[in-house]
Amino acid sequence: MFPILQIGPLAIQLPGLLLLAGVWVGSAMIEREAPKHRLSGATLGSLVFYGLVAGLLGARLGYALRYWTVYAEDPLGLVSLNPNTLSAAEGVAAALLVGLVLARRHRLPLWSTLDAFTPGLAAFAVFVSLADLSSGSAFGAPTSLPWAIELWGAARHPSQIYAILLAVVVVVAIRRLGRRPAFSGLLFLAWLAMTAAGRLFLEAFRGDSVIALGSLRAAQLISLIVLGGALVGMHVRARAALKD
Amino acid sequence: MEESAQPARTAAGSRFLVDFLSDPRRWGVLVAVVLSAGAIWAGLSAVPTQGMAGGATSAPREGFLAPDFRLTLLGGGEVALSELRGQVVIVNLWASWCPPCRAEMPALQEAYEAYRDRGLEILAVNTTYQDSQAAAAGFVQEYGLTFPVPLDQTGEVSRSYLLRALPTSFFIDRDGVIQAVVIGGPMSRTTIRTTVERLLGDE
Repeated sequence: MFPILQIGPLAIQLPGLLLLAGVWVGSAMIEREAPKHRLSGATLGSLVFYGLVAGLLGARLGYALRYWTVYAEDPLGLVSLNPNTLSAAEGVAAALLVGLVLARRHRLPLWSTLDAFTPGLAAFAVFVSLADLSSGSAFGAPTSLPWAIELWGAARHPSQIYAILLAVVVVVAIRRLGRRPAFSGLLFLAWLAMTAAGRLFLEAFRGDSVIALGSLRAAQLISLIVLGGALVGMHVRARAALKD
Repeated sequence: MEESAQPARTAAGSRFLVDFLSDPRRWGVLVAVVLSAGAIWAGLSAVPTQGMAGGATSAPREGFLAPDFRLTLLGGGEVALSELRGQVVIVNLWASWCPPCRAEMPALQEAYEAYRDRGLEILAVNTTYQDSQAAAAGFVQEYGLTFPVPLDQTGEVSRSYLLRALPTSFFIDRDGVIQAVVIGGPMSRTTIRTTVERLLGDE
């Protein structure tokens, strides 16, 4: 909706700026959270940093591989700043791979590490939704409700605002739960469950859903699976904690 | 006394939580209820038609119909976007005084020459309301541009495309649906070529 922030001659793309701010806040929170889980903030910080770098490189290389004939003629195109020529799936895969390799090298305990990441991830989600609001992405389905917003040629559910509210609730819940977690892994799994449940609910109001299996919304199916996995995971971790 | 009360309560609370979570019956029932409710909700919010976003709505965004316009061309004549259905169209909004617009024009001209035969059309809409026809003509000559240059004299097209930064480019497929939006520039040659190849390939 307001994609560009005009400061004198500088046109800054607000969504990108918000995502950047989210990365900054999120990684600062991860570094601050680390000692509570007996982990080194610097190690986790480097994990985030190298994961992001790998993600960006992977996303660009993944895109370039698909159009390798074009890039072979013009390899300088690899360093373009354009986010359109990034491929999300390859980027996420590269980031996870590098994160995993680094975590193994530092012998990081899986569940405590995930717990330490959780408050940062929850905060990052707020910024993602703010970025969506500023760019008009993740927009809502048309509606005649009084709080509808005019966007992309229709009065729509303010789905981005729903998502911001949900993300803030999750941040607060994670903060409260994280004061004295009963066992390692609880914080992360609870975050995963809340995020999946929230998406499952809110996806119904989206106007840009990807459809799967005829008429179902793909994001809801994935959320349902993730939610089930997280809830079962909480049970498994709780039993493991009882044995100790 | 006060100090010990708090940890004791949280310890009891977390004890209760662990007991609840590890109890297969109680937790199992809760999980079953939550997942069934989720599945019912997913079923209720299923979409009857497969056309989700745009469809017949026009908006300057990926997945929507490109807003139509009819403009006079630099050097005479007229063009309407809707008459170019069946072709892949790049609508590029520019001004002669904008450095990144200058920087990306040669790449657009190159793409035009390379892909024209396969069905690419480029409409380089000059934002004449904030430029001048003479400056636009000089620019076109300087860069040897051969694609049509519509003149947005009133700013109506820039408004309907929610223009916020120069240059902005819209890549429109053969059905008139916007498939990519690049705000700001200059676009690299690879950005233009890969996007055009993707759209031309969708035959």
